[in-house]
Amino acid sequence: MSDIQQQREAHWRKTRSLMIIHLSIWFIFSFVVHWFANNLNSISFLDFPLGYYMAAQGSLFAFVIQLFVFVKQQDNIDREFGMAEEDDK
Amino acid sequence: MQGDFISNLPKIYGLYTGGFLIFVLLMAVLEQNGVSADTIGILFVSFTIIIYATIGWLSRTMQVDAYYVAGRQVPPVFNGMATAADWMSGASFVAMAGGIYMGGHGYLAFVVGWTGGYVLVAVLMAPYLRKFGCYTVPDFIGTRYGGNFARLLAVLVLVVASFTYVTAQINATGTIAARALQIPFEMGVWFGLVGILLCAMLGGMRAVTWTQVAQYIVLIIAYLVPVFWMSNKQNFGMIPQFSYGDAVARIGELEAALRLGALEAVNAPADFPGLKALSVAHASAGDAWKFVTLAACMMLGTASLPHILMRYFTTRSVRSARNSVAWSLFFIFLLYFTAPALATFTKLQILDPNLATSIIGKSLQDVMALDWVQKWHDVKMLAIVDANGDGIVQLNEFFMRADIVVLATPEIAGLPYVISGLVAAGGMAAAMSTADGLLLAIANALSHDLYYKIIDPKAETRKRLIVARVLLIVIGALGAFVASMKLTGILGAVAWAFCFAMSGLFFPLVLGVWWKRANRAGAIAGMAVGLGVGSWYLYQVKFVGMAPWFELDHLRFGIVGATASLVAMVVVTLMTKAPDAETQAMVDEIRIPKGETVLGASH
Repeated sequence: MSDIQQQREAHWRKTRSLMIIHLSIWFIFSFVVHWFANNLNSISFLDFPLGYYMAAQGSLFAFVIQLFVFVKQQDNIDREFGMAEEDDK
Repeated sequence: MQGDFISNLPKIYGLYTGGFLIFVLLMAVLEQNGVSADTIGILFVSFTIIIYATIGWLSRTMQVDAYYVAGRQVPPVFNGMATAADWMSGASFVAMAGGIYMGGHGYLAFVVGWTGGYVLVAVLMAPYLRKFGCYTVPDFIGTRYGGNFARLLAVLVLVVASFTYVTAQINATGTIAARALQIPFEMGVWFGLVGILLCAMLGGMRAVTWTQVAQYIVLIIAYLVPVFWMSNKQNFGMIPQFSYGDAVARIGELEAALRLGALEAVNAPADFPGLKALSVAHASAGDAWKFVTLAACMMLGTASLPHILMRYFTTRSVRSARNSVAWSLFFIFLLYFTAPALATFTKLQILDPNLATSIIGKSLQDVMALDWVQKWHDVKMLAIVDANGDGIVQLNEFFMRADIVVLATPEIAGLPYVISGLVAAGGMAAAMSTADGLLLAIANALSHDLYYKIIDPKAETRKRLIVARVLLIVIGALGAFVASMKLTGILGAVAWAFCFAMSGLFFPLVLGVWWKRANRAGAIAGMAVGLGVGSWYLYQVKFVGMAPWFELDHLRFGIVGATASLVAMVVVTLMTKAPDAETQAMVDEIRIPKGETVLGASH
């Protein structure tokens, strides 16, 4: 009983750290980058002003890639502690 | 049979996509053979609606779990497509590129907000709500916190947010139907509603799921084809999304040469409502505070809107719910990272004197003789005022409605009419799919949470499902009635819906999963104070004329509401006693994917 309880707690600790990591990345690409958009606009990236590029594409790429990585990582955590569901057929 | 259907999905939708492309080609052939543009527009819109209605009819059901959660067997990729259609509304499809055209860099806050929100959905919400096994979002609130009052408040927030949103969508279907079928707007609204109900009524979530997948395919083809075509025709590059950096720079030069912002402001003609001249530089970042607060509202709103969250109740497992969020974002991304390219190229075509399509700096007479200028002028969505009387069109003398950018781009670039018909069908698909999802979210909350859980818990299945459908019709009719009064612009209402949702639901949902200590009193306080303070602030700022706090205007009132909600929820929770052991065990249970859902398969 306490063994399972420990497993659950360890699983949740790792899940929570993963959440914090991903929300930090999210925070950077959602807010921090755009807060400095005026400064970034003086840098040219692929012929774009960088600040504009981040709002039009850069942050979007980051979110998409981030989510596919998150899915993989969370799944690994679930499996590591035996908390995953049986695989779909 | 159902199993067959699911495993054959790629084949079925592959055939469907092929069939749709053949239909587009057929229309192109008809156009070549002299069939009128109007007829082609009518064929596009009516053909696609008949397809959706057929899917809706084929998906009819009398089973509770099929009606509420599509039998929980939608594969992640298809649920991703359905969510993308559910999500991308008439506003995304029609108004977003136009908004960027007019608002430049600052407007991209919507693009960032409406994609970044999915990180919150995936990390904080969707997998846990899926494990819970609820049918509706208030179902989660009602069971996690216990008690009918909490459930009722969640229903109230859901109805306020979703109804605000759905009127904007029915309005958009009405606008497009009216233009494509050449009927009055008021009739267009009711026509659009009938289409929407045909998709949703007989099969509930199951029917909505499979029509939304079909609608996504139409809308994404309709959005991407014109942009690629225009870009290649005008030599802007093979893949427009990666090659508009130069265009952004060129627009900057032109803006300086054409003296953007330095010219005296001219008033648009008074009988042409909602028209604007370009006045904001395309790539200047503007106020950082305004950007991040708007993005924050759209993100937290995304993660609280019930019609989106409930899409993740339909997957087979927690893992596929999570997976499905990533796919949703990918499919949404395809449209959102194209919108700025579309806005940029359209602007370039209008401004750049080296391009044959340009307007600014040309003689008034030549410009007024252009087909597309005439056409949009006739419907009062475009106007030119020669304020200084020199016979030349200046930047400050050319007015249009932002909404028409997407619809007019094929005409500006000189593409065949078949592309305009395709775009109309795409806009219709976008508005219909979102309206479907919203109407279903409202009707399901009322039928499941209000009627079945609170008023008549002994109701038998048949009766429950009939009540659900009657509510769907009633709410749809109410939405169409409000839409036909044309109270708000499309985008204003959309931003309000996000702010209402985040004010009332964001923290009660997140803390319900992530803070075991959160209890009923806290959740009730969070919802009531959040919605109350948010609405009060909106009313004060928008209608009474109170000076906004921290420059948070009426589009950003969700920040005030959500902050109040968080404070109220934490304070009241800590002042009252912790939830009982049973509730805490329930929270433990939703935190792991393995095992039975908290609520039974049919409840």
